[in-house]
Amino acid sequence: MTSPSLLTKEYKTINYVSGPLIFTENVKGVSFGETAKITLPNGEERTGQVLDVSRELAVIQVFEGTSGIDDLETRVRFTGEPPKIDVSLDMLGRIFDGVGNPRDGGPAIISEDSVDIAGTPINPYARDKPADFIQTGMSAIDGLNTLVRGQKLPIFSGSGLPANRLAAQIARQAKVLGEGENFAVIFAAMGITYKDASFFMTDFERTGALERVVFFMNLADDPTIERVATPRCALSVAEYLAYTHNLHVLVILTDMTNYCEALREISTAREEVPGRRGYPGYMYTDLASIYERAGRIKGKSGSITQIPILTMPDDDITHPVPDLTGYITEGQIVLSRDLYRRGVDPPIDALPCLSRLMNLGIGAEKTREDHRNVADQLYASYAYGRDLRRLVAIVGEEALTELDKKYLEFADEFERKFISQGDEDRNIETTFAIAWDLFSMLPEEELKRIKLDYIQKYHPVYKGKSRGTS
Amino acid sequence: MLQGSIARISGPVVYALDMRGSKLYDVVRVGDEQLNGEIIRLDADEAVIQVYEDTSGLKVGETVVNTGSPLSVELGPGIISSIYDGIQRPLPILMEKSGDFISRGITVPGVDRDRKWEFTASVNKGDALESGDVVGSVYEYHIEHKIMVPPHVSGTVTKIESGEFTVEDTVCTLDNDTNITLMQKWPVRIGRPYAKKLDPTLPLLTGQRIFDCIFPVTKGGTAMIPGGFGTGKTVSEQTLAKWADAQIVVYIGCGERGNEMTDVLTEFPELVDPRTQQPLIERTIMIANTSNMPVAAREASIYTGITMAEYYRDMGYDVALMADSTSRWGEALREVSGRLEEMPGEEGYPAYLATRLAAFYERAGGVVCLGSDGRAGSITVVGAVSPPGGDFSEPITQNTLRIAGAFWALDTSLAYRRHFPAVNWINSYSLYIESVQDWFAENIARDWRELRDKTMFLLQKEVELQEIVQLVGPDALPESEKAILEVTRMVREDFLQQSAFDEVDSFCPLEKQYWMLKAILTFHDAITDALSKGASLQQLLDLPVKTDIARMKEQEDVATIKGLLDKIDTSVASLEVAQ
Repeated sequence: MTSPSLLTKEYKTINYVSGPLIFTENVKGVSFGETAKITLPNGEERTGQVLDVSRELAVIQVFEGTSGIDDLETRVRFTGEPPKIDVSLDMLGRIFDGVGNPRDGGPAIISEDSVDIAGTPINPYARDKPADFIQTGMSAIDGLNTLVRGQKLPIFSGSGLPANRLAAQIARQAKVLGEGENFAVIFAAMGITYKDASFFMTDFERTGALERVVFFMNLADDPTIERVATPRCALSVAEYLAYTHNLHVLVILTDMTNYCEALREISTAREEVPGRRGYPGYMYTDLASIYERAGRIKGKSGSITQIPILTMPDDDITHPVPDLTGYITEGQIVLSRDLYRRGVDPPIDALPCLSRLMNLGIGAEKTREDHRNVADQLYASYAYGRDLRRLVAIVGEEALTELDKKYLEFADEFERKFISQGDEDRNIETTFAIAWDLFSMLPEEELKRIKLDYIQKYHPVYKGKSRGTS
Repeated sequence: MLQGSIARISGPVVYALDMRGSKLYDVVRVGDEQLNGEIIRLDADEAVIQVYEDTSGLKVGETVVNTGSPLSVELGPGIISSIYDGIQRPLPILMEKSGDFISRGITVPGVDRDRKWEFTASVNKGDALESGDVVGSVYEYHIEHKIMVPPHVSGTVTKIESGEFTVEDTVCTLDNDTNITLMQKWPVRIGRPYAKKLDPTLPLLTGQRIFDCIFPVTKGGTAMIPGGFGTGKTVSEQTLAKWADAQIVVYIGCGERGNEMTDVLTEFPELVDPRTQQPLIERTIMIANTSNMPVAAREASIYTGITMAEYYRDMGYDVALMADSTSRWGEALREVSGRLEEMPGEEGYPAYLATRLAAFYERAGGVVCLGSDGRAGSITVVGAVSPPGGDFSEPITQNTLRIAGAFWALDTSLAYRRHFPAVNWINSYSLYIESVQDWFAENIARDWRELRDKTMFLLQKEVELQEIVQLVGPDALPESEKAILEVTRMVREDFLQQSAFDEVDSFCPLEKQYWMLKAILTFHDAITDALSKGASLQQLLDLPVKTDIARMKEQEDVATIKGLLDKIDTSVASLEVAQ
């Protein structure tokens, strides 16, 4: 911490405190977006950021909350700089709070650089096309919704669903990350419980990845407004590691719903016109400024892959948080309470899942030539089987044709063998083998989505034997 | 130059004092960093400015300079195959100047000042010219870029020469001392003038079966593609940008994903236009304002795009403009309106949303261009709409519905089962069917309209039958109605579904489309007939010709598909004989 210079002016002109905001009067030379240091009467120092500034007034959001701030003694000092974070390769293996101060009792970071946490948009022309297949070892992802390096693929969860386990399993198994020392995981916790956070920590420790992980922890009982800065700090470090040190960085952001609530709190305090469900109208833009920081840059070997986790309130996928996220991210992995109850593990509901960059990462030289066809066929057949379930509920299974009964069975087996896999780490070939075994349950002419050549080449019937899958 | 000072900063909106004398929509340079902005409200000597760049770091009291001119684009050779941001700054040059991340306060010309173009004059000294007349041309790749007398200019040629010129060199001088250069400027918020609007009669062919055969759009028409996330708006827009039979394509990525723009950028140079055999990039102009780029520039990007489209239309070309997504543009309006503390309309959108949307879509259309040769050009606008929660009752969808001529509603449940394009055939419509039916009758087949209507009839019938099946089970239906369900399944799976990523199927020529549909309907007629003569449905469905129909998509040879018609008749007939 630098001590305030003699030239820096301190203001004691707070005239309004509301929620996370303080209003300071008669300020001079304050710039939009700069950091303010607030000194409370008891000597405690807090950090804030200027949200609106005019000739008479500066509106400041205080990250640590406004309790204890008075309008007489509290002093405000403007630093003239936007919120910045010190970054260094030494951050690997360390734990920080939501705004980047060490939280693990270790020494302060000796900074290699200091960067603006808001970041700047990547020039679309400078972006490199994400095209490297990441094998996560999960059939539902590798086979149907392939993740590629530089993608942002969120997990849409419901309260009580095992999104954390899924994210930890992906981080653990992701093959492309396992290549030596050139990877890092950045874990940003926003408003999650200590228990959830320690689950991740234990899991990383168990797999020996802990020294490659940077933690940013804003837990449930930490200041709410700090959450607005947490993902930005995490991504600034990610960008530094990816583009300066050429690491492949996986960023896990959890839980984005808590982030959006913090955003709503600030917006309400500013008395802005609310959008859907009280969230601010600019939430799309705000979320985009986080999610769009994933990607690759031409001429740099590092990359940033994002797996944000969010909780759909009441399992509602049309809620503004999952809705706006889905419009920005390159697909989504959706968890289903139904499947969870039926013991499918992980309970990934394949139908609403999507990976928009899948086609860039699959095919003859990357995974296998029949990948696209196999995925399309699995989707089509499973969707039809699911429709039949609804029909069976009304008219009974007897009313179905023989073919439809096969589809019904296909849907069940698909969930049991393909989606469900527990802790197993499957390679992509195993995933394909299971898929083709499932196809052999259906008559060959039903496999309309698959090219004849591929049927000849991969169908178990033509391979002379049917492979076991369990 | 008029100069004021910053009084307040609130996100992308800046209030400036001492700005009396400014005009609405004047471009200003804000602060010490000279950020680009535009005046959007005047109140006594205060001007409210939307800034096209991030405003962090601006201070109260910094100067604001009014340039005195409205937001304009530069129109001239060199636009094609460029990629711009929302205010026509070429992204490759921004990258040269500021690296991989976009920094602020950079002003760069929209078209290259140094490059020389081979100009061939087509008028002579002494010729009387009116605005819009072509004085000569240069070649941008294979496209003849016509150099026109700018709007509101006319006169007699006193000097003209062919040769190599930069965009700023004078190539032609008129008797009133007007110099005509290869480049002209035009304010983006004002539509470029034309002689007369035309009624659209030609279809814009896209190689996509559901669009061409079922819900066609015309050259000069407007279409909207609304859909929740993951329903394939962007893939549809990109597919149209690839395969539409327009001479120029303007693709606006408005508030969308950066990685998708990269995809377009890397893919288009490799793809070949099936009609001209030239790389697709050589007819494409791209505008990229990704979702994390400044919100005010997003608002401008739509206008920048359509002004460029109008410029090429004025040369007599058919231009297709893809806007992905107009919802982000509407949201940008909402965000700025909110900062202005305007009274909000529905869902926080400003009350002038409908007017702005209509004004944008009305810049589409077929026109007779200015100029004495009476050439005609057109702009087709295809706008994607991203309704929150996939709910079509929201303001942007509803206001666009009132203007757009073709409505291609994307359906989440179709997308979930990977039925792409996920266009819901029951909810969608096209108002252009009457306009294009004569063209289809003359160029494809007399019975095109009949086939289309019959297909729609069967698909509608399917919905009714499905309701019955849901209630009482499929066994309750008579054989003839079960046959309809089988045929509509074929229509859906073997005709409407089309993979954008399959080498053969991604582009389906119109003739092939027609024969595919014809084959399925012939199959329907044949089995209906056979059923009435006592054949069993199961036997008919087991006919191997059904698999042939399912594989039509992979078939590149149209004659083979034509041949299927006979095969259907003979194999159904053979079944009757066998009985």
